[in-house]
Amino acid sequence: MNTETILPLSLDHLSFQIDGKKLIDNLSHRFNAGPRTIILGPNGAGKSLLLRLCHGLLEPTAGSVDWHGDPARKQAMVFQRPVMLRRTVAANVDYALSLKGIDRRTCAERTSKVLERTGLAHLAHTPARVLSFGEQQKLALARAWALKPHVLFLDEPTASLDPAATHAIEDVIDAIHNSGTRIIMTTHDLAQAKRLADDVLFIHRGELLESATADSFFSRPVSPQARAFLEGQLLWQDAPET
Amino acid sequence: MIRILLLALTLFIPQASAAEENFITLASTTSTRDSGLFETILPLFSKSSGITVRVVAVGTGQAIKLAQNGDADVLLVHHRKSEEAFVEEGFGVKRYDVMYNDFVIVGPTRDPAATSQTQDVVSALSKIAAAKIPFLSRGDDSGTNKKERALWKAANIDTGKASGSWYRETGSGMGATLNTAAAMNGYTMTDRGTWLAFRNRGDLKILVEGDKRLLNPYAVMLVNPERHPHVKAAAGQTFIDWLVSPAGQAAIADFKINGEPLFKANAQ
Amino acid sequence: MNDFSDSFSAALILVARGDADLLEIVGLSLGVSITAVALATLIGMPLGAATALYKFPGRKTLSVILNALMGLPPVVVGLIVYLLLSRVGPFGVFGLLFTPSAMIIAQTILIVPIIAALSRQIVEDLWSEYREQLLSLGASPLRCMLTLIWDGRFSLLTAVLAGFGRASAEVGAVMIVGGNIDHVTRVMTTAIALEVSKGNLALALGLGIILITLSLAINAAAFMLKETSVRGRA
Repeated sequence: MNTETILPLSLDHLSFQIDGKKLIDNLSHRFNAGPRTIILGPNGAGKSLLLRLCHGLLEPTAGSVDWHGDPARKQAMVFQRPVMLRRTVAANVDYALSLKGIDRRTCAERTSKVLERTGLAHLAHTPARVLSFGEQQKLALARAWALKPHVLFLDEPTASLDPAATHAIEDVIDAIHNSGTRIIMTTHDLAQAKRLADDVLFIHRGELLESATADSFFSRPVSPQARAFLEGQLLWQDAPET
Repeated sequence: MIRILLLALTLFIPQASAAEENFITLASTTSTRDSGLFETILPLFSKSSGITVRVVAVGTGQAIKLAQNGDADVLLVHHRKSEEAFVEEGFGVKRYDVMYNDFVIVGPTRDPAATSQTQDVVSALSKIAAAKIPFLSRGDDSGTNKKERALWKAANIDTGKASGSWYRETGSGMGATLNTAAAMNGYTMTDRGTWLAFRNRGDLKILVEGDKRLLNPYAVMLVNPERHPHVKAAAGQTFIDWLVSPAGQAAIADFKINGEPLFKANAQ
Repeated sequence: MNDFSDSFSAALILVARGDADLLEIVGLSLGVSITAVALATLIGMPLGAATALYKFPGRKTLSVILNALMGLPPVVVGLIVYLLLSRVGPFGVFGLLFTPSAMIIAQTILIVPIIAALSRQIVEDLWSEYREQLLSLGASPLRCMLTLIWDGRFSLLTAVLAGFGRASAEVGAVMIVGGNIDHVTRVMTTAIALEVSKGNLALALGLGIILITLSLAINAAAFMLKETSVRGRA
C-alpha cells in the first residue's frame, strides 16, 4: 500500500438495536494492522451485523466506528452470496475499478492480473452469472482484491460451498492476506477458523465475549459459552447460561 | 439520446412548414364526411385556390364546440337553430345556405310496423312506437339526432320513457348506429348521404322518404375573427365564397353515388 | 364469416399493391407511437428508477398513483390534452391541435405511467439484490441508477414494449386531439374506426390484421435483438 493505512479501526461502545432489541451490545475493540482476524460465534450472534457496521453499510444506534483517516474506497467486503452483475467476468472487475476512478489502461491491467491470480483468466469473457457458485465467489474476491483494499471484510464466504470450492477460496484469501490486505472474516465453521485464524473474536448474543490469539482461544477458552461452542454444543440464542 | 430528441423535433417541423402550407380547418359532421362529399369536392377547391381544407369530422355538437373555441376556421353543419345561435352569440360571422338533402327512415325489409304504407313520417314513427319495434337513435345531440327528436315530439311520443326498451340510444355516430340497426334488424333515421355510402346494410332498406319534414339543410359559417384573431379569415371566406359560387354549387350537385345525386345545392 | 375471409384478402391486396394511403397511415402511426414511447421512456424510466431507489416523503403514495395511472382511459387523456391545446386553453397559442405533435403529446402522457410503474418494480427487485454490493463498492446514487437500468435492460425493454403496445393500439386519445384528418393525422386505429363507421367492416378488419402484424414484427425484432446480444456476450 503506498497510501497511508486506514488502520487501526476502533470500535467504541458500539451498539445496534432494532425495535428495542439490542443486536450488538456495547462492543469495543481495536483492529490493528497485520493478523487475520476470525470472528467466531453461533448463528444469530451478530457477526454479520458487526461486519456491516464496520464496513459502513449500517449506522450504529450508539457508539462509534473510527478509522484512521478516510476509509472511502480503501476497504472492501465479500458477502456470503456473491452478487454478480449481468455482464462478463472481466466486466465485473472492471466495473469496481471504474467506480474508483482508475483510468482505462490501469483498469484493464489490474483486471487481467487479478483474474490470473485467481485462476479465472480463461473465463474472462464468460457471462458471470453462468459460473458455478464457487467460481462466482472467487470472482467476488478477485473484484475486491483488484481494488487493493487496506481491509477486506468477508461474511461467511464459504458457508454455501463444497469442500473443494472452500479450499480454493481459502487459498485466494491467503494470497490476498500475503499481498498486504488486513483480513477480517466471520465464520461459524470451527475447522475453517482453526485453519485461517491468527486472532479470534468470539461473539455471542451481540456481545464480544472473548478476544485472543488463535492458539490461546482454541486451547484455553475463557468464557463458558466459548467452551461450549468449541465442544460442538449448539448455542441457541435463548439457551440458559451454563 | 440526442438522436431521439432530433427525431422528436422532426415531427414538430411539419408544423413549421404547415404554416407555409396554405390550409384551413373545417369543422363538420360525420354524416357529411361519411357521404363521401368532401373527398370529391375539396380537391376541386384546392386546385383552383391553392388552399387545402383539413376536415375534422365529429358530431354536430362537438363541431360547434370546436368552432366556438376557435379550433376551426369554418363550420359546416346541419341544424338551423344551432347555426343561428352560433352567429347571434358572436361566434360566427354570417350563415350561408349551401345544400340540402334529406333524411330517410330505414328498417327491416318485411317492415313489421307497416311504416312504408305511409309517406307521413310522423305517423310512421307512431306506428313503430305502437308496435314497439326496436328503433335505434343516435342519442348524441347531433343535428340528425335533434331532427329525430323533433319528429317524435311532433308525434307526441315520450321517447325518454321508452329509452332502453324499444327505443335504443347508441350515443354514437350515424355509421355506428346503422351498424347496430342492421345487427338488431331495427328501424332508424339516417341522412341519405350516409345511407347511400353505407356498406353494411344487412336486411335494412329505405321505408319512408319524401316527407317535407325530413329535409336536411346544411349551412356554412366563418368563425368570427373578432372573437378569435388567429382564425384564417381570408382563406376561410374564400372557401365559403367558393361553396356558394356557381362552381362550388355545381360540384355539389354533380356529386353522385351509384348515379344518384346526393345533395341539392341551394345557396342564394 | 364472410367478413373474416374478405378481411384477409382486403389486407393482402392493400399490402401487395403497396397502397400509398396505407403506407402513409402506417408511417404516421409508427412515427407517432415510436416518438411517444421514446419520450415516455426518457421521462418514465428515470422516474420509476428514482422512486425505487430514493427515499422521499410521499414515495409510497407515488408508487400507488403510478400503478393506478397505468389504467388511464385514453379517451380521457385525449379530452384533457384537447382542453389544454385548444385555442381557448392555456397552450392554445402554439397551435398544436389537430397535428401529429398533439397526438405524440397525448400518447406520451398515456404511457409514461406504464413505463414508470413497470420500471419501478423491475429496478426495485434488482436493487434488493444489488444494494449491499453496490454500496460496498462505493457507487454514487446516480451510478447505482444507471447500473440498475443497464443490468435490468431486458426486463426494462419489455416495459418499453408494453408502452408501445398501448400507444399503437389506442384510438380514443389520437381521435380527439388529432381529428383523424385525411393525410395529416389519420393513423391505423382512427382509420379502422372510420371504416367501421362507414360500414366497411371487411376493410376495417383487414387494417386491423395489418396493425396486429406490424406489432408482431416489432416485438419479434426486439426479441431477436435480445437473443443476439445475449449470445454475443458469451
